[in-house]
Amino acid sequence: MALRTLATPKTLGVLSRFQQQARGLQTFTLPDLSYDYGALEPAISGEIMQLHHQKHHQTYITNYNKAIEQLDDAIAKGDASTAVKLQSAIKFNGGGHVNHSIFWKNLAPTSAGGGEPPHGSLGWAIDQSFTSVDKLIAKMNAEGAAVQGSGWVWLAVDKELKRLVVETTANQDPLVTKGPNLVPLIGIDVWEHAYYLQYKNVRPDYLKNIWKVINWKYASEVYEKECP
Amino acid sequence: MSWSCSNYLCLSSSSSSSLVNSNELTRFNRRNLSCEYKEERRKDNDLKRPINISAYNGLKSPSYKLDKAQRRKEHVLKKPNNICAYYSLKPPSYKFDALEPYMSKRTLEVHWGEHHRGYVETLNKYLSKNDVLYGYTMDELIRVTYNNGNPLPEFNVAAQVWNHDFFWESMQPGGGNLPILGLMDQIEKDFGSFANFRQEFIESALTLFGSGWVWLVLKRNEKRLAIATTTNAVTPLVWDDIPLLSLDMWEHAYYLDYKNDRARYANVFMDHLVSWNAVLGRMARAQAFVNLGEPKIPVA
Repeated sequence: MALRTLATPKTLGVLSRFQQQARGLQTFTLPDLSYDYGALEPAISGEIMQLHHQKHHQTYITNYNKAIEQLDDAIAKGDASTAVKLQSAIKFNGGGHVNHSIFWKNLAPTSAGGGEPPHGSLGWAIDQSFTSVDKLIAKMNAEGAAVQGSGWVWLAVDKELKRLVVETTANQDPLVTKGPNLVPLIGIDVWEHAYYLQYKNVRPDYLKNIWKVINWKYASEVYEKECP
Repeated sequence: MSWSCSNYLCLSSSSSSSLVNSNELTRFNRRNLSCEYKEERRKDNDLKRPINISAYNGLKSPSYKLDKAQRRKEHVLKKPNNICAYYSLKPPSYKFDALEPYMSKRTLEVHWGEHHRGYVETLNKYLSKNDVLYGYTMDELIRVTYNNGNPLPEFNVAAQVWNHDFFWESMQPGGGNLPILGLMDQIEKDFGSFANFRQEFIESALTLFGSGWVWLVLKRNEKRLAIATTTNAVTPLVWDDIPLLSLDMWEHAYYLDYKNDRARYANVFMDHLVSWNAVLGRMARAQAFVNLGEPKIPVA
């Protein structure tokens, strides 16, 4: 059901109704990065970026498209058990797609402002909630390193309470599973595939270095939209 | 079979005849790691070094004739009668490059030398602070810290230490091919055919989300083999089944060799790495606990 609401904003255009199998099902494609694979060196190597984008994210999208097609079939046929069985695949692959799309926007090469601390309302809110950006970074690094297995660590804003929170999610669970009003501002992928080739098992080093290429501008934009 | 033995006495718990071998192998493998790494290890924990050869056989307290290296270390002299036994990092029974080209030497160096070693050291650190947990054997420790689904922080490290020991023993150079004897019979009985089992096993590996393990277990209650998947550090020990084979599907296990190609990794494991001998031995031992029915005795 949630899928239909996800699909409808994108199917507003008439043409999209006749896409794919002409059944109004919008499928997804790999979004492009706004920077080169090697642009985030030395914080994240180009090899990792390429694999992460072209292999991992692409796989999530492919499997997600497959899952929503199957879901569409199951719903059309009224096959409730299949529809429910597909939910875990949709949560995993769809979550993977959503999370990684945010992740690419969260990163920027240092030449394009990556690593520059936030100014404006977001900077002020961080100083209020976490004393300083450095304290926030330390907290996120600690939580990220403590994630068992695979997951993400997020800086999010609670839409209702207008508050910044640091959260972690497991596997590819999207942030909304931790709270329906949470809007992600910055997400850091702590799956091993995000850092293994370069940092091996030293996740704390990866977390320390990734802040050099975090795009605070995007986070500020999202924050200002939610909390004007 | 170490799944029910805990690694006491700072060295492996295998019989004394193979103790020297595993000690040599430790030295061999260590030589292959970088020098600073060795230095760090040596500085850290001389409990890993044998105090006295005679201490292996019969738990004699170490004589005061310490070798030169230990005479220098004050705290060994200070508490000669106070032996603390923590868990040790047991090396795999094959050299690091023995599994090439299916699992590279580099993967073993990092997976065993850093991940597994990290787990062991963290576990020892936890145990040195907690007398109650220190008193448990490894199996009990895993069950207790699992806390029926609400795991304590020690669970992850303890279970991962056990899991990785189990995993190294599930592989061998020149592995793969088909299981033999009773194991093959049991697989055919419970899965229809080996091909079916293999396909199911690999499918489970591929549909596992996130980090976890794939297991071939012997279910105690149902008295049959089954395939189980677990997330993160969970092991079939916690629900009292007997694991026979495991495959590490954490990304660190295959990323250096196969990047994101999990399917190839799982297939290669099945075809070239899995040690059916080890699985057969484990199943034979498990039959002491689970009655799998009458053996097939050919009628004359």
